[in-house]
Amino acid sequence: MSILTARRITQLFFFALFLWFCIVTTLGERWWQLRGWPVNWLLELNPLTGLGVLLATRTVYAGLLWGVVTIALTLVLGRFFCGWVCPFGALQQAVGYLGKRGLNRARKIARNRPHPAQRIKYWLLLFMLAAAAAGMLRWVLESARHGGWWFWALLVALPAVLALLAALRVVRLRRDAAWAAGGALALGLLLEWLLPRGGWLVPSLQTGLLDPIALVHRSVNLVLLPLADGPLKVTAALPRVYPGAALIGMFFLLFTLLSLRVPRFYCRFICPLGALFGLLARWSVWRIGKGQTPCTDCRRCEADCEGACTPTEALITSECVLCLNCLDACRHGIMGYRLQTSAAGEQLLPDLQRRQVVTAIATGLVAAPLLRLDGMAGADWNPAVIRPPGALDEAAFLARCIKCGQCMRVCPTNVVHPATLQSGLEGLWTPMLNFRVGTSGCQFNCVACSRVCPTAALRPISVAERMGTGAYAEEGPLRIGMAFVDHGRCLPWAMDTPCIVCQENCPVSPKAIFTRDVLQPVRDGAFALHAVNGDRLSAADADWVPGRFATGDYFCRVDQMAPRPIVANTERSLTLGDPAAWPQHPAAGRSAEILVRLQQPYVDPHRCIGCGVCEHECPVQGRRAIRVTAENESRNRAHRLTT
Amino acid sequence: MNRPSEHNNTLQDRRAFLRRLACSALGIVGAGALGLAFWDRQGPLPEAARALAAPIPDFSLPEQAGKVALVRGISDRIRGVELAFQALGGLEGFIRPGDHVLLKVNAAFALPPALCATTHPDLVTRVSQLCLQAGADRVWVTDNPINDPASCFALTGIDAAARAAGARVLLPTEDRFAPYTVPGADLIRHWPTLTAPLQRVNKVIGLAPVKDHHRSGASMTLKNWYGLLGGRRNIFHQQIHTIITELAMMIKPTLVILDGTMSMMHNGPTGGSLDDLKPTYTLIAGTDGVAVDAMGAELLERTLDHLPHLRMAEEKGVGTVDYESLKPEVVTI
Repeated sequence: MSILTARRITQLFFFALFLWFCIVTTLGERWWQLRGWPVNWLLELNPLTGLGVLLATRTVYAGLLWGVVTIALTLVLGRFFCGWVCPFGALQQAVGYLGKRGLNRARKIARNRPHPAQRIKYWLLLFMLAAAAAGMLRWVLESARHGGWWFWALLVALPAVLALLAALRVVRLRRDAAWAAGGALALGLLLEWLLPRGGWLVPSLQTGLLDPIALVHRSVNLVLLPLADGPLKVTAALPRVYPGAALIGMFFLLFTLLSLRVPRFYCRFICPLGALFGLLARWSVWRIGKGQTPCTDCRRCEADCEGACTPTEALITSECVLCLNCLDACRHGIMGYRLQTSAAGEQLLPDLQRRQVVTAIATGLVAAPLLRLDGMAGADWNPAVIRPPGALDEAAFLARCIKCGQCMRVCPTNVVHPATLQSGLEGLWTPMLNFRVGTSGCQFNCVACSRVCPTAALRPISVAERMGTGAYAEEGPLRIGMAFVDHGRCLPWAMDTPCIVCQENCPVSPKAIFTRDVLQPVRDGAFALHAVNGDRLSAADADWVPGRFATGDYFCRVDQMAPRPIVANTERSLTLGDPAAWPQHPAAGRSAEILVRLQQPYVDPHRCIGCGVCEHECPVQGRRAIRVTAENESRNRAHRLTT
Repeated sequence: MNRPSEHNNTLQDRRAFLRRLACSALGIVGAGALGLAFWDRQGPLPEAARALAAPIPDFSLPEQAGKVALVRGISDRIRGVELAFQALGGLEGFIRPGDHVLLKVNAAFALPPALCATTHPDLVTRVSQLCLQAGADRVWVTDNPINDPASCFALTGIDAAARAAGARVLLPTEDRFAPYTVPGADLIRHWPTLTAPLQRVNKVIGLAPVKDHHRSGASMTLKNWYGLLGGRRNIFHQQIHTIITELAMMIKPTLVILDGTMSMMHNGPTGGSLDDLKPTYTLIAGTDGVAVDAMGAELLERTLDHLPHLRMAEEKGVGTVDYESLKPEVVTI
């Protein structure tokens, strides 16, 4: 079996595995449903997720430790992940194959020449990591105050060790980088000393926007699977709805189709994960390159070079995605995967200038505070953004969410949707709940989204914690928001029409929605008694719709006597029940009126958990007459409504 | 970041390889160590379970417990507060050389001092001066007002008064608040509280005017501590008497001063018109805020039944509503 066959089988395997994980992220107990499948494994294996979360929160959450394995293997093998594992890479390679069919070798080679724009992905990587790094930086600076001796010991020891290694020529220190790091640290310590808790450093994790694994998860979860499964109805009985999915789909389509023109367009120019691997690959033990045998410069090896890394010339190590096409193409056995560097020399990185690096990092550090100026993570929070149960308070949430869409995929009722701009630019594609669509609000005994979240932006909660039982009885149930009755739209409140579907469907016990009974005179319901014949009253002048008042909700009152239920009506007469209510028959000529008994709904803020079942069920379908907003949500204590 | 091509000379080649191998190994070990060091298997805690501010110290002096003085028949606040301190045995009994003192004023509204909706600047000046004369090292003035803080301190004249006396206003900036829980409280739990000014002093004096308050009955020295709360504290108006009681449990001041030279009889706590005010010619100072407020209630012509928080605070052991039992020093001019 040739090495290329092995690579193709591996790529197919991981692509199939990825699709499989997407499919089995379906709540259920069958073997093909979510029952212990490691559905986040590719997201976790991706070190950009782990590194981003580490920088933003200084923790590596649970499975994100897998990223260490990928980093270790990259340091040994090079960018194996890009060429062998990444499902988006495999897809691009397949599309790229279609795009180059029929081209002659010269044109193929021309497509694989390195392009200066390959630097862009490094800018994006540095920008995104810098935007996240504020969490770690803040911790380092605060450690100067609270950390004690070990902070200062490390502060002395680390540069000393580095200087020693540099003196022994084990590592080469870049003087500019050393100055920049030292200067930034000194400035940070000075600011921390002058203005403790100054709030300069705000972390925002935005790697998920362009992280290829998050991108394919989001695209398949929210676009491809709903498209394919809508008619098939395998993973969901009803077609899934995701507002804003079209935008996600268009980006996916765009990036995929660009590979028709430029092979692996995304990998070469945009992918921040590829850039991270590119930076690590400079130290990889094994590498692609020419052997000592003289080369005929036929350039066959460049015809199918996926990474545009110029294997014939000084090989750009960071760009080689280990597709190994050059090994196969070389007729003289010159190209190899060896412990030695290429005989034609190596270029470790594309031409990245110092000012570009500084600009990318500086703008990244400024980006998060800049985005927060809109106040949407603070005073101007949007009550329409209801986060899933288990969501951390907004600032902590934004330091973790990678917008992968796993929570939206797993939600059994399809109420978790990607936000567009509801929570600001920063919150693009983060999860929010929309109770108008979906099958039944947010099921109050379900914790699926919080368990599937790979980064704990939705922290893992138990059913007991969600429902406030057992050890959580004192805290009570988790609230994701609160329902408000719109008196202008509610049928019993505004239209003299009995309803209370919301109260009936309220799932908490005792119910958060309760009603108060009122007997309301109906419109044009006053009349003068013409005759009274036993339980039958007739009106002097009326034109009622026969049977209209026979629904059990209508009553007739004469004078101050207790109202009696109406059991039947014709155009001009009423038949009443409950004869015992009236001690004597009223006389003809007295004025009477027809009343409707309305149960008007109220919400108890101490019981409502914001699950939105009421909003989902409300018969006023356009803009619901009872609606949930994020008011009173547990995750932000500052949003409390009641004591 | 171009690096010169590495040569194919075997010796250099080997050297380069070894260096690369070392870096790669170092990278692997480093990534593993970092990953393990920061590994978090449990996931983050909810906001409510995160760290709290350190306990607020007890600023009261045991030897001065239960002291109350009432000066009657004055309209000059400066003279009034001097007489009150004299009656309490001199401010030297409360403020020692080297002390750092915090004056918690009522600067709630951006209104001029004549409207008596806020602590009068004369009082701020004189108390600051007397503290410094008693040997205090620093005197700070703070409050978390309802209107814009900087405007409040400017328009009430408190900022200028403090500076004139050598004291300094600490504005309630966000970094001066921290989540705080009062032991045994139901409402002040993980609530953003203006703790930073309290953590840097060892004496606290409350300076409050006598005002009508529609929800709680009256705003005097106990209600004045509301200005230590941050966040959307207006939700506590749902249980106003409980929150005042919890505030009284939260902070044990060195001294409180209740300025009843002029009382806001109605339309409180904002007032806004001289018609809302009535001269009541009284200034009360003491170490028991409950007793001081019980005395102040009479200036507003209100009884303990109008102010349930006083009895509730007494039940929590904060002080006594029966101020006669403390044998107040009464100075009548």
